[in-house]
Amino acid sequence: MKTIATLLSLLICGAALASGGADLRLDPAPIHRLDAESLQRGARNFVNYCLNCHSAKYMRYERLKDIGLTEQQIKDNLMFGTDKIGSTMTVAMTPAEGKAWFGAVPPDLSVEARVRGADWLYNYLLGFYRDDSTPTGWNNLVFPNVGMPHVLWTLTGPNTLVSTEFENHEKALAASIAKKGLVRVDPAPGGKYLVRTVTPDPNAAGSMMPADYRAFVADLVNYMDYMAEPTRNERVRLGIVVMLYLAVLFVLVYALKRMYWKDVH
Amino acid sequence: MEKLLNWIDARFPLTSLWESQWGKYVAPRNFNFWYYFGSLATLVLVMQIVTGIFLTMNYKPDAEKAFGSVEYIMRDVQWGWLIRYMHSTGASLFFVVVYLHMFRGLMYGSYRKPRELLWIFGCLIYLTLMGEAFFGYLLPWGQMSYWGAQVIVNLFSTVPLIGEGLGTWIRGDYTISDITLNRFFAFHVIAFPLILLGLVAAHLMALHEVGSSNPDGIEIKGQGKDPKTGLYLDGIYSHPYYTIKDIVGVVVFLAVFSAIMFFVPEMGGYFLEANNFIPADPLKTPEHIAPVWYFTPYYAILRAVPSFMDSQFWGVLAMGVAVLIFFFLPWLDKGAVRSIRYRGTLYKSWLAAFVISFIILGYLGVVPVTVWGQFPESWPILGGADKATVVARILTVVYFLFFFLMPWYTRRDRTKPVPERVR
Repeated sequence: MKTIATLLSLLICGAALASGGADLRLDPAPIHRLDAESLQRGARNFVNYCLNCHSAKYMRYERLKDIGLTEQQIKDNLMFGTDKIGSTMTVAMTPAEGKAWFGAVPPDLSVEARVRGADWLYNYLLGFYRDDSTPTGWNNLVFPNVGMPHVLWTLTGPNTLVSTEFENHEKALAASIAKKGLVRVDPAPGGKYLVRTVTPDPNAAGSMMPADYRAFVADLVNYMDYMAEPTRNERVRLGIVVMLYLAVLFVLVYALKRMYWKDVH
Repeated sequence: MEKLLNWIDARFPLTSLWESQWGKYVAPRNFNFWYYFGSLATLVLVMQIVTGIFLTMNYKPDAEKAFGSVEYIMRDVQWGWLIRYMHSTGASLFFVVVYLHMFRGLMYGSYRKPRELLWIFGCLIYLTLMGEAFFGYLLPWGQMSYWGAQVIVNLFSTVPLIGEGLGTWIRGDYTISDITLNRFFAFHVIAFPLILLGLVAAHLMALHEVGSSNPDGIEIKGQGKDPKTGLYLDGIYSHPYYTIKDIVGVVVFLAVFSAIMFFVPEMGGYFLEANNFIPADPLKTPEHIAPVWYFTPYYAILRAVPSFMDSQFWGVLAMGVAVLIFFFLPWLDKGAVRSIRYRGTLYKSWLAAFVISFIILGYLGVVPVTVWGQFPESWPILGGADKATVVARILTVVYFLFFFLMPWYTRRDRTKPVPERVR
């Protein structure tokens, strides 16, 4: 009885806690579901950088034909292990190992884009910065204290966190709106507010220019968005056909109805 | 052909069944927009059953495999994605259609004598549908499936004395588990659809026995008959008139259905919740658990009722009464007329207040209670309280007053005279 009451009140309070506090402004992800080249680059980025710790166990390699690749291209460029073309994207790392190494099991990414949304993923991958206080040495503006290290750091260099304090919420919000891209506004002690952004470290650049890195991440997110629902393009295409069919059908049945009902009114 | 029909009719009442249930069923000629939703509800029911059959062919009711089998349907099964989206969109639109159908009943007094039993069958369908939706929602085995079911089953556990055992009995376990998934699957695909079909048959038979009401609330059976046609003055045959009219409704409905299913199947997280794409994890409670939109008015009522004598049961009780009170409408309404067209301002205002409460409660059931912030600490009584909770409490009272005060305000209402013939 007591546990149930606790659970119920937990639910109600939990919801309350979740909404209070930080204000995160995400940069919209510059992706397009029909951009096949971007999707192909994204697939490459995904298998190279993500598919070591994260699986995509509902996604078959063969499915990548959807985005304009041939079976040979998939085998040659995107498959490294002993997997068959009909296999799904699994990893050798076990959940127990993941838990031991990162403190949390790296989630399967098959449908991650449907959980988080493309914008969140895009900003998350741009939100990493150097933080010596965490076990991995990395932190994230979008997902604070995340267990995942900044896997892509060689590309970006170790970003740094820029934090500016404002005396009230209005001023902090005004400053955050003036900034471009990802911004986080957090309450600070003494009624003050912190506006925080992530910027590249000028002394330690990565192998990519910032704009190139953003394009790299956009491709990756575009691919993850596709992977979460591979049938989406087919769905939209079929939807247009069905809507047109129904429009024609409506005209016909409406005319028929008028004919039948002439003698009623 | 006619020979065959005669052969069958001598052995089975095919022609008379068709004629009594639809072909020669006489309905008022003045049905408007609100009268489409009965046939549409039947359509969605059939769609849910047919798509459900195909889903069952590939779905695995197993805690280890359920989530994956849904993804398998979405990716590897031929047209699986379409069937699954039809089923998930259909679930929500079933409730849209049923709510509009019920609202029609409220507006035009369709539940009034002699249609009490028809209304009660309808209420039973609504209740069964809620169960059907609840059981079905567990099957994808995502986080919202799991924790939503956890919360709802725990509601039963708040029942005094027997609660704890009742919860365990429903789950078949101490938490939602593989065992629960299996039995919910059985309820969802066999038990409840059977009950639903039986009730729908009863609902339709009762309707065709007493005859349809109409937007004017005039009993066409009380009118004389047209000497030429032999029908009641304002009556027409359902077939072909309402057959063809309902087909127009079906096409428009399918357009709305398709627009959602093909272009926004998640409907902004209301039809398919983002959290439900995370496999169920009994060790990780989501930050914000909200039921699917069609349950949220009742969920808001549940949350609005404060705990009393160290028990949350009162909220559960209020929620239960909020659903069951619909059954009593035929006896709560003492109005001199049926239809809103001839009711006075009192009834119209109360109905408007009820609809507004229902919609805002529905919204409040989706969002956290802190959504509108708190009243300033310095305020008397309300100081520090969540604004949304206070609003939900007021609206809960309005919701119940609509029913409890109905005998009083419908009797006092200044109604207009009802004409002899429909408009």
